[in-house]
Amino acid sequence: MPVKLVYRGKEYEANAGSTVRDAVRKIGLQPETVLAVLDGKLITDDTVLREGMQIRLVAVISGGAG
Amino acid sequence: MKCRKCGGAAVINMRQHKLALCAEDYLAWLPEQVQRSIEKYEMFSPADKVLVAVSGGKDSLGLWDILARLGYQADGLYIGLGIHGGFGYSDQSRALSQAFAGARGLKLHIVEVEAAYGATIPELAVISNRGHGRPCSVCGLNKRYIMNRVAHDGGYTALVTGHNLDDEVAVLMQNTLNWAGGYLARQAPVLAATRPGLARKAKPLCRIYEREMAAYAIVRGIDYIYDECPHAVGSTTLYYKELLNQLEEKRPGAKLQFYLSFLQAKEAGLFSAAASEPDLHACQRCGQPTTAPGECSFCRLWDKVRAVKGLPTRLPASMLQPHVETEP
Repeated sequence: MPVKLVYRGKEYEANAGSTVRDAVRKIGLQPETVLAVLDGKLITDDTVLREGMQIRLVAVISGGAG
Repeated sequence: MKCRKCGGAAVINMRQHKLALCAEDYLAWLPEQVQRSIEKYEMFSPADKVLVAVSGGKDSLGLWDILARLGYQADGLYIGLGIHGGFGYSDQSRALSQAFAGARGLKLHIVEVEAAYGATIPELAVISNRGHGRPCSVCGLNKRYIMNRVAHDGGYTALVTGHNLDDEVAVLMQNTLNWAGGYLARQAPVLAATRPGLARKAKPLCRIYEREMAAYAIVRGIDYIYDECPHAVGSTTLYYKELLNQLEEKRPGAKLQFYLSFLQAKEAGLFSAAASEPDLHACQRCGQPTTAPGECSFCRLWDKVRAVKGLPTRLPASMLQPHVETEP
């Protein structure tokens, strides 16, 4: 089972064995601009991806109000 | 990665501080950092009554949560802008702000721009033809006016906003690239109430990374609006934030260093030549401080828009003090 990354409603596949940080870079995002959430919990970007993981990437940059 | 304090599993690694923390230690650490800024820049004290401008986003709700945890007397102000963006942006952000306040028993003031003055912000931008097709300029003008008005009329000692380090550094970069001396001289963690009618303004998150605030909201379980304002997409601020994050990626701490060096340079008088206070006087109509001669930009803008909409052009005196709903 591949590793799945979900960012702004879009799904991406990543390789097991790579870190969150590398996987984020690989899909063209800046690691500084996202946080990774696994099963509702925040994880650090050095976490090594394992088969079947589904990671939600939360954008940290925002602009605007109300 | 392990928490540097307790050795448990870290949830965040802050390369800029060379610090990784677990959920529990992070929830204790971040409010301490905010408290340090409040004290360092003499923003306000526990005896003060402060008004937090909330948008339903992670920064303002996170800040309100932190201030309440630190024991400050902090009420909230939500301004409904009438922005839909295809997904009910304003409705969602209002609902999240109300839910946040309701769950914690905090007092929230609400001003709906359309109900108070006669048009939504996107409508106002189109009719007034200001801002080159983007409502950001009229939005900023209205928010500043209403925030100042509610803070002043409500007897609050300070108006507090959730501007984080990334917001501050993006503005700083833009002003530096333009050598906008006047703006650089006025950019600060605290803006004093230099004349009657003007509220003191403070930014307790000015040294906190945007990433740190998002992490705080997630770990703390704060339900906030993830989508950015639909009109902010493609904005200059977001562009500068992106550039600064590229820099941060190569040089962790670069954003904080840029901001703190700027404050030091300012303290040393680097921008003092440009630091003249704008000449403020009371608007002849509403009495709010303005640099414009006669009537302020807010009154003139709404005259123009209300005329196009067939509404009485002179805003009745009652409307100059916006209708404020207060919960609970």
